[in-house]
Parts: sequence; structure tokens; C-alpha cells
Amino acid sequence: MSLLDVRDLSVVFQRRGERPFTAVDKVSFSVEPGQTVGLVGESGCGKSVTSLAIMGLLPRRGNKVTGEVNFDGADLLKLRPDDMRDRRGRDIGMIFQDPLSSLNPVVPIGVQVAEVLERHRGMDRKVAMKEARELLDAVGIPDPMRRLKEYPHQISGGMRQRALIAIALACKPRLLIADEPTTALDVTIQAQILTLLKQLVDETGTALIMITHDLGVVAGLCDTVNVLYGGKVVERAERHELFARPRHPYTHGLLNSVPRLDSPRGERLHAIRGSVADNIPWVEGCAFAPRCDNVVDACLEGTPPLEPTATGGDLRCNNPVSEEVAVP
Amino acid sequence: MTESTERTGPLVELRDVKVHFPIKSGVLFDRTVGHVYAVDGVSLSINKGETYGLVGESGCGKSTLGRGLLRLVEPTDGEVVFDGTDVRALKGEAMRKMRRRIQMIFQDPLSSLDPRQSVESLLVEGLKAHGLAKDKAATAKRLREALAAVGLPASALSKYPHEFSGGQRQRIGIARALVLDPDLIVADEPVSALDVSIQAQVINLLEELQNEHGLTYLIIAHDLAVVRHIADTVGVMYLGGLVEEASSDDLYREPMHPYTKALMSAVPVPDPQVEDRRERILLAGDLPSPTNPPAGCRFHTRCPWAQPTRCAEERPALRQVLDGHRVACHYAEDIAAGRIRPHEVEPELVRPDDGAAPGDTGELIPTP
Ligand SMILES: Nc1ncnc2c1ncn2[C@@H]1O[C@H](COP(=O)(O)OP(=O)(O)OP(=O)(O)O)[C@@H](O)[C@H]1O
Ligand SMILES: Nc1ncnc2c1ncn2[C@@H]1O[C@H](COP(=O)(O)OP(=O)(O)O)[C@@H](O)[C@H]1O
Ligand code: SF4
Ligand code: SF4
Ligand SMILES: [Mg+2]
Ligand SMILES: [Mg+2]
Repeated sequence: MSLLDVRDLSVVFQRRGERPFTAVDKVSFSVEPGQTVGLVGESGCGKSVTSLAIMGLLPRRGNKVTGEVNFDGADLLKLRPDDMRDRRGRDIGMIFQDPLSSLNPVVPIGVQVAEVLERHRGMDRKVAMKEARELLDAVGIPDPMRRLKEYPHQISGGMRQRALIAIALACKPRLLIADEPTTALDVTIQAQILTLLKQLVDETGTALIMITHDLGVVAGLCDTVNVLYGGKVVERAERHELFARPRHPYTHGLLNSVPRLDSPRGERLHAIRGSVADNIPWVEGCAFAPRCDNVVDACLEGTPPLEPTATGGDLRCNNPVSEEVAVP
Repeated sequence: MTESTERTGPLVELRDVKVHFPIKSGVLFDRTVGHVYAVDGVSLSINKGETYGLVGESGCGKSTLGRGLLRLVEPTDGEVVFDGTDVRALKGEAMRKMRRRIQMIFQDPLSSLDPRQSVESLLVEGLKAHGLAKDKAATAKRLREALAAVGLPASALSKYPHEFSGGQRQRIGIARALVLDPDLIVADEPVSALDVSIQAQVINLLEELQNEHGLTYLIIAHDLAVVRHIADTVGVMYLGGLVEEASSDDLYREPMHPYTKALMSAVPVPDPQVEDRRERILLAGDLPSPTNPPAGCRFHTRCPWAQPTRCAEERPALRQVLDGHRVACHYAEDIAAGRIRPHEVEPELVRPDDGAAPGDTGELIPTP
């Protein structure tokens, strides 16, 4: 059985006087123990809202969440808020893009880690502080004794992100959700953090959901990748398969449009035309149709279904890129 | 275009440029208690019609160098020569004239555009400032041409920035620079706020405009792949100084400075086969503060190749190591020839910045 099984998850935002807006549209995916699953897509495609819905962290009002989030056999969406909070601390950890906003600015780092240990693992303060020191050490924070007493603003962005990872790991979660954990960091620090995450996944067997817009990050880290567009999964594949033979025109276009450090320069980039502002609603057809080179009549006649591929993935497209067309 | 752009050779020459920001403290009297050495002795030149790419991590001084070139911040020391003229000596009207020839494009298209101004008024603003908006018909034509050049319809003129997508707003930012018919465009992170699928459009546009208008670019970006794609020459900055400079192809084929090597090895490549095989040079710890940069080679506290005493004592000059390839490292040749090896550390242990002695702070970690 999967550790996490997300079924037809939808999030509709409804503000008074405004038309309802479907940010996440029947998203399904699953995560096995120890697996790293990627959610990729550009700004606004619903990555963060998906993770917040799984964690039960969306605002109480103004939105409607439907579908199922089965974690270890129980539907998290049906849990009472108290039970969910407990689960969140104990079984599912989360790391956000901006560590500063998710750390308490007036509480020393060490106490923040220790509090989690006290709350969820029933330790007393003394034992918890000792464990906190070991956790900071494990995530590569130098001189952890001293750092324990420091406040978030006193340490660098990279160190803050490590502290946040330490807090997320404090309860030995079985699932870790990382939402753009390295986007705000420099590339050499990103390499440190990604290496750390990879190590933790290997050592602890924690499953990881990696949310990012960076295809490079996904390529090195994820076992399976879900590509989101306009709130829907449009393609899912094992990572080697996805990068070698992207079948969805959007995935293919993205891989073609990013300049690569290791490819010959001088050629014009193959840009995807238009922007997400050109999308049509999924009920009318494929949201990507106005930007798609492969568009056929069927693309304007209702939502294309997500169908299994021969290589074990899933694809939502009426006229996919042929398997022979490799990425240059 | 100005008569002088027909000459070839450098359009911009920076000689030992420094920009130091004083750190003030005190309640009644501002006392200077130290300096941020944001840019600390940079020399480079940019040829006409070329693109110079400046890369480096946040805080290394890229933006400050770009702003110093335009005198948006006043350099503390050094020379800024633009088309044969010493920019720092210019005053009043002469400086204003010079300003028209150097335009800037910013990272965040929304914050750099006044939301209450229509696109027309945003574009006319610069022309007015330079006394170029006197003839109504000519101005209108100029605006339409600038918009057409960036791929926006003339109807955009009456709209406001919030009515456009991020990519379109960046096009407006480019049009605003273009309408003044500059010789040099300094673009500070022009695509980093844009979605991946939009970045390529803007990069292509910048390249087209360069070909059509003979523009010279200084492109400042932290994304090495973008810079590699767009730049002819690339300079790598670390803590206020240039540590390596070469043609884009040479730099990426054979990075010689240890920092450049680490930087490049850290950039993820969207190809699992490459990622699985890559050796990554993980740097120890964080960037030191530019307020108190390390003595000697500024990189010695994190350099996996650092050698005892000299690296910590003597600041290496940026010197020509190969033809057209400048490197600021005492041991560039020895490192390239493999005579000096990076310090190996137990691969399973990644613990950067653990206070190891200088010369032992780097770790070469094979990607698992
Ligand atoms: N509280 C909210 N009320 C209304 N709309 C919202 C709310 N939160 C998010 N949205 C909208 O839902 C959509 C998906 O947002 P989400 O934050 O998941 O994007 P994302 O994929 O994480 O993007 P990014 O890469 O920019 O982080 C967006 O159009 C966003 O504007
Ligand atoms: N106006 C200023 N006053 C004081 N310090 C500044 C100012 N502008 C930049 N700095 C500092 O100078 C250094 C270089 O900054 P910047 O040029 O913006 O770096 P980059 O563009 O490479 O990220 C940083 O440490 C930054 O905090
Ligand atoms: S369904 Fe049609 S429009 Fe959508 S991506 Fe496939 S071919 Fe293009
Ligand atoms: S080897 Fe020495 S001089 Fe060269 S980069 Fe390393 S520390 Fe600096
Ligand atoms: Mg997000
Ligand atoms: Mg900057």
C-alpha cells in the first residue's frame, strides 16, 4: 500500500463577489515509502496549494477542498483539526521556500527544535535540548552548541534552511514535503541542501515530495515526476523516461526552452509561445491549447483524460510528441 | 546611433573600480564603524556589440558594479571609461547626456515600473528627461517602434503595468530602455523573476535586439546557464572581486578558478544521466561577509585547493593564464595540470564550515 495516496484532490478558492477559481483540479498521485516524488510546473500551477491541502494548512475560509488524501490508510481530509495537527507534527514534516517566515523570529533555534521534540515525542526540556543539538549537527550546522542559542536572523539563509529541515526531521516523519526549499538560496548552497536531503532520504527512509520549478533539481533527485499545468497533472513519468522522452508538448517545450550549462551555445532557444494568461478553462478543452504546436480539433472539445502510457507513466494529451523526438 | 559606435574596440572600460559602503552607527553623530567592500577593485572591458556576462552568488557585488558603472552609486575609487570618456569626471548636462546612452533593465518588472503610470507615460518619461519628446508625431512613432521591437501592440500604450503578464512587463522594461536609443544596456537579472517558459522568449528578444541595433550588453545574472547562452565573455565575481574571466565557451569548457569550478559543478542540469554521473564540488559553509572579507585570497576559507600560507596571506591578482583567460588564483596552472589535488574528505560526511583549519575546508564529494 502507498504511504500517501492523493485521489482527485481539488481546491477551489471562492471569494465573495468573485468567480470561483480552481487552483488544483482533480490531482491524483501516490508516494511509496522511501520514494522521492517531484511536483514541477511554473508559478501558479498549483504546487503549493496541493501541498498545503495535503497538510491541512489552507485557510479555513474561502476555499473548498475535495477528494481524498489517504495517508497510511486514513483520509487526512476527514480528520478533526486537532488530530490533523498531531499528524502533521508526527508523521509529515514540511519545509518551505522561505525559512525566515516559517521560523519564529523571537525564539532561539534550539528552543524551536526542542519544542517540537517535547510536543511530539514527549521529551522533557533537557533531553530535548540535547537531541536538538544532535539534530542541528546532523543537518550540518557548524558549532551546534552555539547555534542553539541564536535567533533565526543571526544565521545565514542556508543555515536557516538547515534549521528548518532539523525541525521537520525532529519527529522522524515518514513523509517530508519540501516546497521550493532551495529557490531562495545560492546555487552552491542549494547543492549543499540537496545533497543533505538526498542523504536523509537514503538514511532514514523518509519519503519526500519535492516541489520545484527547476527541472534540473528534479532530474537529480526524484524517482517519479509529476508535471503540473493549470492545476492538473499533465504528465507523470519515471525521471529517466521523462527527460529522455517527454511526451506532453508542455514538458517537451519546457525542456527545450531552458538553456543548459552543458550544451552548445549560440542557438536560438525554442521558446514556448504566449503565457499562462492565454490558458483556456479545462472544461472547454486542453488549457495549454493556445500555446501548443500539436493542437488538434479534439483539444478544444473538453478536458483530455489522463491515460496510462506504455512506459508506466500517465499522459494527458490528444496528440503527444512522438517518442522518436528526443530533446536536443 | 552615435557616430562613435562605428569604431570597434572597448565601449566600456573599468579600471580598479571600488564601491565601498560606509556602515554608520551612533545616535547623534553618524560615525563610520566599518565598510561593506561591495566592489573591491574590478577591472574589465566590454567590446562594442558584445555581451559581457557577470555571474556570482548573491551579495558578491554584481548589481553594485552595474550601478557604479551608471553612477547610480558613486564609485569610491577607480576609473569608469565609456566610449573614451571618463564618466566619473562628468558633471551636470554632460552626465545627463551620457546617461541616455547607458540604460538599465531590472530584475523585477513589476517593482521597477510605476503602477500608476500608463505604458505611454512610462516610455515618454525618459524621452522628456532628455528633451527628446518635443515633436509629438516623432515621439509617437518612436514609442510605436520601441513597442513593436519588443513584440507588443501599439494598443499597449494606454494600458497599465498590472494589466500585463510578467514576461510582457519585462518587455515594457526593455522598451523603456530601447526608446532612448542607448549604446549600452545593463540588464540586472533580466529573466530571473520570470517563469521558465517565458525566460526563453525574453532571452531571444534581447539577442534579436542586439543584432538589429548593434547594442552592447552587460548582463548580470546568477543563472550560469542563461549567462553562458547569452554572453560572449563571462566574468565570475566572488566577494567584490573578479576571480575569473574568459570567453563563454572557454570558461565553461575549462573553468580554472576553484570557485568557478565549484559554482559550475553546483548547477543542476535537467538530464538525469548527467546528474547521476556528476562529481559535485560541495563548498564548505557560507559566503563570508563583505564587511570583513578574508585576507589573502578571499576564497581561501572555502577553497578545496587552498595551499598553506600563501593563499591566506597574499591576494592573487587577476592575471592572464591562457590566451584571453584571466584567473585570480596563485595556483591556477598547478590545479589545471592536476599537480595540486583537492583535499579529499570522507565522502559520507557532509559537514560544511565546521571550523577546519584554512586549507582544509573543502570537500570533494562524489554525487551519490
Ligand atoms: N489563498 C488563496 N486565495 C485565492 N487564490 C489563491 C490562494 N492561494 C493560491 N491561490 C491561487 O492558486 C493558484 C496556485 O497557487 P500555488 O501557490 O499553488 O502556485 P505554485 O504552483 O506553488 O506557484 P509558485 O511556483 O509561484 O510557488 C494561483 O493561481 C494562486 O494565485
Ligand atoms: N546601498 C548600500 N549600502 C550598504 N551596503 C550595500 C548597498 N548596496 C549593496 N550593499 C551590499 O554590497 C554587497 C554587494 O551587493 P550587490 O551588488 O547587490 O550584490 P549582488 O548583486 O551580487 O547580489 C552586499 O553585501 C550588499 O548588502
Ligand atoms: S491535448 Fe492538444 S492542446 Fe493539449 S497538449 Fe495535447 S496536443 Fe496540445
Ligand atoms: S588555490 Fe589559493 S589562490 Fe587559488 S583560489 Fe584557492 S585559495 Fe585562492
Ligand atoms: Mg509555490
Ligand atoms: Mg543583485
